[in-house]
Amino acid sequence: MIDIEGLRFSYRGLSPIFDDFSLVMEKGEAWSIIGPSGCGKTTLLYLIAGLNHPEAGTIRVAGAPIERPRPRTGLVLQDHGLLPWATVEGNTRLGFKIRGFYGPDGKHSPEDATRDPEAEKALTDHWLSWLGIDHLRGKYPGQLSRGQRQRAAIARTLVLSPDLLLMDEPFSALDAPIREELQRVMNRFHRETKLTSITVTHDIEEAVVLGEKILVLTDTVNTKPMVIENPHAGDPDLRQSEKFLDQCHRLRGLLENKHREVGA
Amino acid sequence: MSDAKRRTTPMGTLLGSLTLLFIWQVASMLLARPILPPPTVVVPMFLKALPGDLGLHLLASTARVLAAILLAVITAAPLGLALGQLPKLDQVMGPLIAIIYPIPKIIFLPVIYVLMGITDLSKITLIAIIIFFQILVVVRDEAAGLRRELIVSVRSLGAGRRALFRYVYLPASIPAVLTALRVSVGTAVAVLFIAEQSLTSWGLGYYIVVETYQVLMYPEMYTGIMAMGLLGASLYALIGAIEARFTPHQR
Repeated sequence: MIDIEGLRFSYRGLSPIFDDFSLVMEKGEAWSIIGPSGCGKTTLLYLIAGLNHPEAGTIRVAGAPIERPRPRTGLVLQDHGLLPWATVEGNTRLGFKIRGFYGPDGKHSPEDATRDPEAEKALTDHWLSWLGIDHLRGKYPGQLSRGQRQRAAIARTLVLSPDLLLMDEPFSALDAPIREELQRVMNRFHRETKLTSITVTHDIEEAVVLGEKILVLTDTVNTKPMVIENPHAGDPDLRQSEKFLDQCHRLRGLLENKHREVGA
Repeated sequence: MSDAKRRTTPMGTLLGSLTLLFIWQVASMLLARPILPPPTVVVPMFLKALPGDLGLHLLASTARVLAAILLAVITAAPLGLALGQLPKLDQVMGPLIAIIYPIPKIIFLPVIYVLMGITDLSKITLIAIIIFFQILVVVRDEAAGLRRELIVSVRSLGAGRRALFRYVYLPASIPAVLTALRVSVGTAVAVLFIAEQSLTSWGLGYYIVVETYQVLMYPEMYTGIMAMGLLGASLYALIGAIEARFTPHQR
């Protein structure tokens, strides 16, 4: 699904974050990316989203090199990014409006996109109720709790039927119970849809709960990807299990080790 | 701000007008001089004059204010958006705007007359300049407040520059423009009053000062004052109504 080859990227005037970095993510996999702040996890996500551009190397998503945001990629950010002047329903339908605005040009909107008000309504209804915010459809973002806003942001992305879901610290601003609830929602989502997804997080537990594969980045230049297999991600009672604690412990060890290497 | 909006119910408007008329009546009786005729004389005269010349003066003034508002909105709103979204441009323009903003623009009246000639356009320009800076500053601050995350996530839904303008910048600037107008419309009408006192023979400023005040026709003068008050209050109410329509999320 995602094919990163020889990626090189640096911010202006700084040493590179990625150099000759290659990685393949298969269709249907749920990934999490973890690392200390400044390690480039959000940068990598934005590169895959087409919002940043590599200095060298290519990133292919579904076979096509990424040069600009791709219509079938969904993105959810930590700050929900909802329009404050539109209702939950209005925000959820924003993507349809934008697609209708451009028509099926293949650039802003998939080539096979057609406007079908009934299908749009059905998708909107489906995802709003699936995410448990159907009763809030007439509310404005300012009237919602943070968790509800984040659910609305997820609904807005999912109604467009993405084939790849990218999430940047989606639940970091939420209180622990709400965060865990939404993690369960995303686990269920992955079980039901098998959508390829990547979640960037700085939270070790979140990485273990959401990622079947966990990419660990360092705050020096990243060349070889370090990937942890985490097949138990998404197990309903994972948090109560020994495996969970072991995996968290292992990940913590890796992250701390990285720090020490950098310090030495 | 929202308090002031809440107070302007139809019932409240009626009550306020009646109170004003009552105070006016009492003051007129106490003062008992020609400079303050009672509303019992002025109001019937106003209603009678409105379909005639007074109405034409009111129309002339209204047209000037509306043209000025339009001119200011179409120039200031796009520039304010640009300044708000392009910090580098704002760094250059910001200090200049900060210096010009507090200057009372009415002092440019003679300059504008000389440069633009004695036409309606010069009066409209003067008023437009006043509103222009209000809109510029409020829209700029509103656009600067649009978080990067919001722009990025709307871009991720497929929006390019045109869709961003249509679905983000335009709806974000409408409330800002209205806020700016509500603040500046009073000043605009005041400046209109001054600008109309010379070099025209139509408009409420001319009517109040030249046609009535200078020839001591005090009751007629008050009909002009009532018309000017009506103009200011109507503009304010109109802006409030548009605001209620476009900013339901701020209720």
